[in-house]
Amino acid sequence: MSAGALRTAGRVHARSGGAVLRLSEAESLTAAPSAPERMIINMGPQHPSTHGVLRLLLELDGETVTRCKPIIGYLHTGMEKTGETLTYLQGPTNVTRMDYSSPLFCELAFSMATETLLGLELPPRATWIRMLMCELNRISSHLLFQATNGMDLGAVSMMLYGWREREEVLRLLEKITGLRMNHNYIRPGGVAADLPDGWRDDTLRLLEGVGDRLDEYDALLTGQPIWRERLQGVGVVSAAECLALGVTGPILRSTGYSWDLRRHMPYLAYDRLDFDVVCGSYGDCFDRYAIRLNEIRESIRLVRQILDQMPAGDYRVGDRKVTPPPRGRIDESMEALIHHFKIFTEGFKVPAGEVYAAVESPRGELGCYMVSDGGPKPFRMHIRAPSFVNLQALPYMLEGRMVADAVAIISSVDPIMGEVDR
Amino acid sequence: MTAVDAPAPQGLSRLGVAVSEDPGGGTVLHPERERLPEVVEALREAGYTQCIDLCGVDYLGADDRGRLPDAVAPQRFEVAVTLISHSGRERVRLRVQVPAADPSVPTLFDTFPGTENLEREVFDMFGIRFDGHPDMTRILMPEDWEGHPLRKDYAVGVVPVRFKAAGDQR
Repeated sequence: MSAGALRTAGRVHARSGGAVLRLSEAESLTAAPSAPERMIINMGPQHPSTHGVLRLLLELDGETVTRCKPIIGYLHTGMEKTGETLTYLQGPTNVTRMDYSSPLFCELAFSMATETLLGLELPPRATWIRMLMCELNRISSHLLFQATNGMDLGAVSMMLYGWREREEVLRLLEKITGLRMNHNYIRPGGVAADLPDGWRDDTLRLLEGVGDRLDEYDALLTGQPIWRERLQGVGVVSAAECLALGVTGPILRSTGYSWDLRRHMPYLAYDRLDFDVVCGSYGDCFDRYAIRLNEIRESIRLVRQILDQMPAGDYRVGDRKVTPPPRGRIDESMEALIHHFKIFTEGFKVPAGEVYAAVESPRGELGCYMVSDGGPKPFRMHIRAPSFVNLQALPYMLEGRMVADAVAIISSVDPIMGEVDR
Repeated sequence: MTAVDAPAPQGLSRLGVAVSEDPGGGTVLHPERERLPEVVEALREAGYTQCIDLCGVDYLGADDRGRLPDAVAPQRFEVAVTLISHSGRERVRLRVQVPAADPSVPTLFDTFPGTENLEREVFDMFGIRFDGHPDMTRILMPEDWEGHPLRKDYAVGVVPVRFKAAGDQR
């Protein structure tokens, strides 16, 4: 498609396909729809299948959706503003609450941006622990998707299975980080603590369990005619539309467009691991379901390789400027105590400048734009949330589909509203 | 359509825009705001296929603005646009200076419809208008909200917390 055609298509489509369908609550009661037989209905923000507090205005022609407008902001708590009042060491506690189903990725993007400004070089073990944790987190996040996607489509047993496996992953994450969610584990300069005793055996046991269960999901859902009927050909989006809309992650890959930051712009040490980028071909809900299922398998592959190659050494940088002294030193050294106190009360200063660091979260490119003016707190901290951008594809996917498909389509976008609204 | 089919990015110097480098080694362009859509369009033709991010920054009271080329006059607001080239495996950032007296920027919606939400967020949080945007309304804050929360002169805690249940002893 030529550049001009794409642009015009984008403008025309967005104009007619939903961008301006926005009415206040008072207006929507009195407004006349664009054709007499059309009506505007409100879906959410408390519908159980809108994945939290997503509200959709749908214009319907009978049972067919003609236009759609997502309305967001119900979970907005000003986390970017809060981020300006916290030091760099406190920052991960804040950003980890954005995408609550894959919190480690937000911490990672935040830490990577800070480290770039500081010019820090991480010890290898810190890098590999980060990869291990992120891949485990990707597994739990995609399991959550499998659970909610099943629930949305009426496969309620899938919800229980997905939740059960996710809980096992969370138990391991809890053992390593101390918390099931909102870990605050990845911090500027490394990770919060070394891996605990027995982490290798626990991880291996987990991978075996989850790996076997994935085959059960296949038997339960993938080949099942009702499941296929509900998903195949539903919510189709094209690669050109995804590129124009800034959509990334499994939605972009479902169109057959191979783009994964881990492979194509490697960060951490992903260039030393062997894995496949899972792509679809039709860009429909079924492809997005299958991609996420198979990405769990790829993550299991990755974790096994990380287990084999985990280097020994320190889990955080030795730079005294950003790393608090070891706990044992505090009891015997006054200087260490003062140093510890200074780091946790004043924080450390970061050279002025601005950077953008991005990672491949389970939902797409998660970026952190960080501006420092040389002080101990970020001058501006912006998170490029993949769900926030991906939601713009909803009007395209929904146009011309039945209302009953809306739930399947919302589910296949896998939005996390905490991250959308921040 | 795959990532490798798209044309590789050409030299950025042809655009006639001030160029600098960020601490991470990334390329930063500093176009004048009137030229922003034209430069973004040229970059898209040159292989920057996606607009990944667009955000605002309020530099009011910043101790240090970081590196700005001599040709660029600093203003209070800035809009930072990040484009990505899939074939070139690189990102480029455009930093546009926006004066406080007239906080407006031409929209990028015509080139990348995906900036719709991002521009609305910048409008909501900073009060920077995007001329030509199809729906320049608040996106995260309530529609009747006053002020723009991410501006530096909008202090944390200026809005008193309301406890809805207070006084209602049901």
